[in-house]
Amino acid sequence: MPILVIAEHDDAVLKASTRNTLSAAKKLGGDIHMLVAGHGCAAVAQAAAALDGVAGVKLADDPQLAAHTAESVAALVVSMAAGYSHIVAPATTFGKNFLPRVAALLDVAQISDIVAVEAPDTFVRPIYAGNALATVKSSDAVKVITVRTTGFDAAGDGGSASVAAIAVPPLGATTDLVGRELTVSARPELAAAKIIVSGGRGLGNSENYHKVLEPLADKLGAAMGASRAAVDAGFAPNDYQVGQTGKVVAPQLYLAIGISGAIQHLAGMKDSKVIVAINKDAEAPIFQVADYGLVGDLFEVVPQLVAELG
Amino acid sequence: MKVLVPVKRVIDYNVKARVKADGSGVDLANVKMSMNPFDEIAVEEAIRLKEAGVAKEVVAVSCGVAACQETLRTALALGADRAILVESDVELQPLAVAKLLKALCDKESPQLVICGKQAIDDDANQTGQMLAALLGWGQATFASKVVVADGKATVTREVDGGLETLKVSLPAVVTGDLRLNEPRYATLPNIMKAKKKPLETVKPADLGVDVTPRLTTLKVAEPAKRQAGERVADVQQLVAKLRNEAKVIA
Repeated sequence: MPILVIAEHDDAVLKASTRNTLSAAKKLGGDIHMLVAGHGCAAVAQAAAALDGVAGVKLADDPQLAAHTAESVAALVVSMAAGYSHIVAPATTFGKNFLPRVAALLDVAQISDIVAVEAPDTFVRPIYAGNALATVKSSDAVKVITVRTTGFDAAGDGGSASVAAIAVPPLGATTDLVGRELTVSARPELAAAKIIVSGGRGLGNSENYHKVLEPLADKLGAAMGASRAAVDAGFAPNDYQVGQTGKVVAPQLYLAIGISGAIQHLAGMKDSKVIVAINKDAEAPIFQVADYGLVGDLFEVVPQLVAELG
Repeated sequence: MKVLVPVKRVIDYNVKARVKADGSGVDLANVKMSMNPFDEIAVEEAIRLKEAGVAKEVVAVSCGVAACQETLRTALALGADRAILVESDVELQPLAVAKLLKALCDKESPQLVICGKQAIDDDANQTGQMLAALLGWGQATFASKVVVADGKATVTREVDGGLETLKVSLPAVVTGDLRLNEPRYATLPNIMKAKKKPLETVKPADLGVDVTPRLTTLKVAEPAKRQAGERVADVQQLVAKLRNEAKVIA
């Protein structure tokens, strides 16, 4: 039976999370259909068709889907769920929002945040802030799954699937979008960045967070992240938060600056390839996971680091 | 307006979970248990709505073993008016909890259900959304601000790119994120008063809900441990290591 992957996009661009989700779906065995649901999203459907491993793209282009609300996307997915063995979406705020509705309406469990596929019905997922990995087996007819994007490589291009427009039934959703305030940044997207410069409470205030970290992020072409403490204190916007309840990241290089390393923060970054910690407290738990630790005053060390990078 | 707040008893936020040697699960014997932190935020939001005169009654609900009564007493001490325990010794997975809550909503007819966005034990992040779907209600997840007026909730949500604001018709389900509010502490007089507030116990069968788990846990393992690396003396050494040893910068 085929597998349905729901693409994440903003009607203009296919999000990187879709590529990781596709890689997870490829391990399930079966033709992969990708659903592109939105309004004015034909270009996204073309991008989806070019992904390696997609057998067919279903384009649901309808004003009812313009706001991408959980109610509308879930109703659409449920209407077309028959005949699929698996329904898969990224474990981003997009996927987490609508997919449990799909599972409930199909009367099946959802398997959240998988990091490995053991068999078409058996998956590995982190629990307790990543302090344990559970292997779970689903007894449901349809497996409804969200994918932790850092657990799977990004699928590349090279496909040439056909795009089929599907008729969108009345979705009956009544929630209205009032507006969006998206963080505008020239920096790479946090979830997909190769290098992340992340700051914590040690920076002291919002001004320092920007003044100290931005030159380093600019020099490295890095995304900027933050600990929960830094976000709660208003140093950085909420979408910068890395951790159990924020974003989970796994860049090539993660620089933790003025971050003590609470377990909830470590849950969000400990799969990074190389971790650097800069902290004046030599006993900070962050040093227990850091490949390279530098004990020192970040206000002296970070500018030196910027200078040394040339 | 009546507000219903589901609360879950979980391992305390400050306790590090340890995997059992036989790989059957996480060791919860003699471990401090508390209310899920996101549910504390949900309770606080409901109480604030009551204090603002928007809500008339706040009903706390927990699903699980008899010890969940303690979690409900905490909710009552924080300001909930009464509590309902759906008592079961079966492992309750999100779909089962959502069905139990749906059955209670059918009985209680709340205008608003406020949940925490996820529980810090199974990290599933499903129950609120599933409940909304089963009830056929609208939802606003990951809320950082909730304003209720004229039969609608205007909710600011924390999403990956920043913030999103939705207007959802009541009845609805809202799930709270970390920055929705800062929960209060229960005072001693309120803890004493909470002991006298009504706490009703029902069974899943009374609600006509089949709570059989759909997922079987085959094993629970510790993740690969990350080894602590080395201390570097200065910035020059750090940059040299990153360039020549780790090769992660040019």
